[in-house]
Amino acid sequence: MYAFDLKRPGTIDEAVKALGAEEAQALGGGQTLIPSLKQRLAAPSVLVSLSGIAEMQGVCTDDDGRICIGGGTTHAGVVEGAATYPALVSLAARIGDPAVRNRGTIGGSLANNDPSACYPAAVLASGATVVTNAREIGADDFFEGMFATALEEGEIITEVRFPVPEAAAYEKFEQPASRFPLVGVFVARHANGVRVAVTGASEEGVFRWTEAEEALANDFSAEALTGMSPPADTMISDLHGQAAYRAHLVGVLTRRGVTAAG
Amino acid sequence: MPQVSMTVNGKNVAGEIEGRTLRVDFLRENVGLTGTPVGCDTSQCGACLVHVDGKAVKACSIFAGEAEGAEIATIEGMGEADGTLDYVQQAFQDHHGLQCGFCTPGMVMSAHALLKENPKPSEAEIRHYLQGNICRCTGYHNIVKAIMVASGQDATGIAAE
Amino acid sequence: MPDGGIGASTKRREDVRFLTGTGNYTDDINLRGQAYVHFLRSDVAHGTLKSVDTGEAEAMPGVIRIFTGADFEEVGGLPCGWQVTDRDGNPMQEPGHPVIARGKVRHVGEIIAAVVAESRDAARDAAEAIMVDIDDLPAVVDMKAALEEGATKVHDDLTSNLCYDWGFVEDNKQAVDDAIEAAAHVTTLELVNNRLIPNAMEPRVAVGDFSRATGDSTLYTTSQNPHVIRLLMGAFVLGIPEHKLRVVAPDVGGGFGSKIFHYAEEAFCTFAAKALNRPVKWTSTRGEAFMSDAHGRDHVTKIDLALDKDNNFTAIRTDTYANMGAYLSTFAPSIPTWLHGTLMAGNYKTPVIYVNVKAVFTNTVPVDAYRGAGRPEATFQLERLIDKAARELGVDPIALRRQNFVTEFPYATPVAVEYDTGDYNATMDKLEEIADLKGFEARRKESEKKGLLRGLGINSYIEACGIAPSNLVGQLGARAGLYESATVRVNATGGITVMTGSHSHGQGHETSFAQVVSEMIGIDADMIEIEHGDTANTPMGMGTYGSRSIAVGGSAMVRATEKIIAKARKIAAHLMEASEADVELKDGQFSVAGTDKSVAWGDVTLAAYVPHNYPLDEIEPGLEETAFYDPANFTYPAGAYACEVEVDPETGKVTVERFAATDDFGNVINPMIVDGQVHGGIAQGIGQALLEACAYDEDGQLLTGSYMDYAMPRADDVPFYTVDHSCQTPCTHNPLGVKGCGEAGAIGSPPSVVNAVIDALQSGGHDVAHIDMPLTPSRVWTAMQG
Repeated sequence: MYAFDLKRPGTIDEAVKALGAEEAQALGGGQTLIPSLKQRLAAPSVLVSLSGIAEMQGVCTDDDGRICIGGGTTHAGVVEGAATYPALVSLAARIGDPAVRNRGTIGGSLANNDPSACYPAAVLASGATVVTNAREIGADDFFEGMFATALEEGEIITEVRFPVPEAAAYEKFEQPASRFPLVGVFVARHANGVRVAVTGASEEGVFRWTEAEEALANDFSAEALTGMSPPADTMISDLHGQAAYRAHLVGVLTRRGVTAAG
Repeated sequence: MPQVSMTVNGKNVAGEIEGRTLRVDFLRENVGLTGTPVGCDTSQCGACLVHVDGKAVKACSIFAGEAEGAEIATIEGMGEADGTLDYVQQAFQDHHGLQCGFCTPGMVMSAHALLKENPKPSEAEIRHYLQGNICRCTGYHNIVKAIMVASGQDATGIAAE
Repeated sequence: MPDGGIGASTKRREDVRFLTGTGNYTDDINLRGQAYVHFLRSDVAHGTLKSVDTGEAEAMPGVIRIFTGADFEEVGGLPCGWQVTDRDGNPMQEPGHPVIARGKVRHVGEIIAAVVAESRDAARDAAEAIMVDIDDLPAVVDMKAALEEGATKVHDDLTSNLCYDWGFVEDNKQAVDDAIEAAAHVTTLELVNNRLIPNAMEPRVAVGDFSRATGDSTLYTTSQNPHVIRLLMGAFVLGIPEHKLRVVAPDVGGGFGSKIFHYAEEAFCTFAAKALNRPVKWTSTRGEAFMSDAHGRDHVTKIDLALDKDNNFTAIRTDTYANMGAYLSTFAPSIPTWLHGTLMAGNYKTPVIYVNVKAVFTNTVPVDAYRGAGRPEATFQLERLIDKAARELGVDPIALRRQNFVTEFPYATPVAVEYDTGDYNATMDKLEEIADLKGFEARRKESEKKGLLRGLGINSYIEACGIAPSNLVGQLGARAGLYESATVRVNATGGITVMTGSHSHGQGHETSFAQVVSEMIGIDADMIEIEHGDTANTPMGMGTYGSRSIAVGGSAMVRATEKIIAKARKIAAHLMEASEADVELKDGQFSVAGTDKSVAWGDVTLAAYVPHNYPLDEIEPGLEETAFYDPANFTYPAGAYACEVEVDPETGKVTVERFAATDDFGNVINPMIVDGQVHGGIAQGIGQALLEACAYDEDGQLLTGSYMDYAMPRADDVPFYTVDHSCQTPCTHNPLGVKGCGEAGAIGSPPSVVNAVIDALQSGGHDVAHIDMPLTPSRVWTAMQG
């Protein structure tokens, strides 16, 4: 790692101020950032740890029945606190491994927007709202492709608000080495429609599979998707699976997700 | 240089660190507790797993500076001062749950964390929980068996007795 | 009887330190005043090294000195320990292997410069300031392309990228071709034995130290064989005589072959400690391990099996391309030849066999022994081939094997080895029982109800262990002897210290070796201590690999203990005023047959060191003996394995549901430890079959450089295993009747896994004859698409 100063602010305001420094970078749980710092893929001069900010931690329910998760809440914290959204709990409970879940945070995961991360699928399929120190960003506007989001420099995810769908499930097919999703599909049936979000598969990062959403809108059953899979041309091809295989898995996992959501 | 102080295995420990000093390096080099080894650099192998405020954490993926005031437990703090093994350590020895010993501290700390959450885990639950602890020697058979026995379950029915 | 003799599942004494964090691994060693080295490694696979400018880096804070290839011009290269002779009787092509690259870089990860600094971070910071100018050359990656006319050469001073073209047994070639021509049926299989990265959980570490007072050098290193490192590094690289060089391999966190070899980093730290007059430490990161530890396997093979009209095997012919990587690692040339070709008979009485191996240089990390080393490659091709033949012929794969089993021993194979003993039907019988093969069809129906395809794969295996008779391997090109040594030092009050040339890095020697001596003398095992790993206090030994520790190292210890007992008996006879011939040793007591006279072990040992009443005119005082044991033959562990898998036809995901192994290891010292060795080997075999693959792209870039892309078996990738070693045909030529158990699991398991997947797919109506390992979901699904 290159040398840097580590700051550990206690409030969001202090964190925002600290992030105003030249070459400052936010540190969530560090489960992705610390390995990349070890490889010297990043060279912050100041690293601002968000793990000491109490107001960014924990899970509650707002007046609209949305589950509101502090941006600094660990995956384990989501498992503990979001029981009224079982599909989200099931997703959080399968990220990484127990030690990673004790450190990694929802805000860190979303800000990084790894094309193989789990949370982006939940946020997009749930139609969640990403709340920052500066504004609220709708899920459909937040993700801007691999490792790219609508966040401005120094902007911190303070909270994520999830409407709880009528029915939902997350299906993850693991890449055998990293255990990240080779393909992950989050299926959510809302009162006003169905949302299907796919992670791990596309070169453009998490995306909504709108053909499947349309097919499921009238008939929320696996049969409604028989033979369907998204086009392979934008899918990732790598050691662990060619594009055609990933496209095929999207179809399989979406059908399984619909069945599991019931 | 910034200072950090924390409790390690019940003792107060303080030292000078850099921003980039990892918890595991602080333990190994500043505190001299070499029982926590480092097996990878991508937060995957789990050899360096310790407890921070009672929770399993990979010491290679957290900065020492983030541990101000924390209570850390490492393998050196398990068991009795006279060398008597605790029930998890003893089950590992009784059932040959280790060979080269390098992943063992992480495995034992992970097993403790599991049993705290889930006192009678099934085989599948144990295997799932150990996703973040890689062992190259044992094929996991005797590790899983040792944890089942440590949790008071009858492991005589499993294969290869 | 004393506690803990031969055959007892004694708990391991070494566990206490490992379970309490008080082991002493090399990275736990920190010497006063030590400096740290960071190696700047090549990020291109092949290129001309035009310049390495360290000027700016030298001036960085904390830098002590930066070394480049120029500093090693007067120093020897890393030696290769085995010279293979080609089909024409010519020696292999043997390129130089520099400690630090000179002139060219030949693989990603090769050392270009070494920065020694006051801290790891300072060393790494400075390494980034070194200006390296490399003219890229085309990378040689594919083995067959490497041998084409006009291919870019990895080594300009060699005639081509061919290390050797080896034929075995050359005199049989025509007979094999004829038999294949005349066969009633020929089964052919082309396959890849996937390249693996060993991944012992402890990354390599080296700490060099030098005493100006004595002129002695010391190297602490993660090694399976410290004496071998001392000899190779001292004599061939740095020119330090053995008596001025001590090599210590303390607790070592797994080896699996990868810590046999002498590596550049060890030589560097020893060299630099002397040059700088202070200790120099290197700790590999996992990322460095991926590109600097020797890799394993990496064969491309075409094999034919000829059968007569009654399904008897009549000939085997196999052509293999074996990747050597960019340089010859310590034992690399022997792996695809003498540890592979000699096992091509398997458990079967095939009259003629011909093996051709072309070893090829490529711009990749050197390839050498990895758990099983050559024998898994032989077993995999043969056992996959037989399975394919059984399907083509419509016969039961177990029956086809049984029909062709060797049943009479000793059996001289057509590939130059003689199996001393075995009973392959017995292990197959036992396998059918413990794997509950009768219940398979019912389990398959249960899987079908879940929409899953279930498959059963079985195979036999044989390996040659207990490496090896020195005179034989000398004829085959080994530049070393392969005996083992032990010193048994009996202390005055009866306790014993055994100093063995073997090395334990997970195998539990400290427990099992003590059991042997305990049994022989009849004293409790806790009176016996096993020391290993330090050239300063152990006799010259060849270390631990090739499942040789108990068979060769154990035998040396038995021989030394026999000498101890013989001398102790003389002393006891004197003390009891009896004839030596009448003195018996039982349960730690010497007694005179037919009388009530006896003396205890401790009385005799005390007499040896306090020789007041002692036959000084006949024997010397003291009780310490050394023995060197050179085996008369290899040992031949063998067995049969069964794997049951479920395949999800929608995703191609394979799940190992059941795994059973029956092994004939001859006599067994500690059944618990033996089970553990088999378990670990099976997991590595399942890893090779389903998960693990080292991949390079066409530019020679390593695509699997971390656990993010190299899939290690984890706890939820494997089931509980059912293992059995009750079928025992003791080795006929070593004193313990033991064969060795360290590699069997990794040798025996890959074919059964793949056979099971093929069985599952065929049962589901998919016409898939073979899939190359690893059988990832993506590969299985793709194969199912036709």
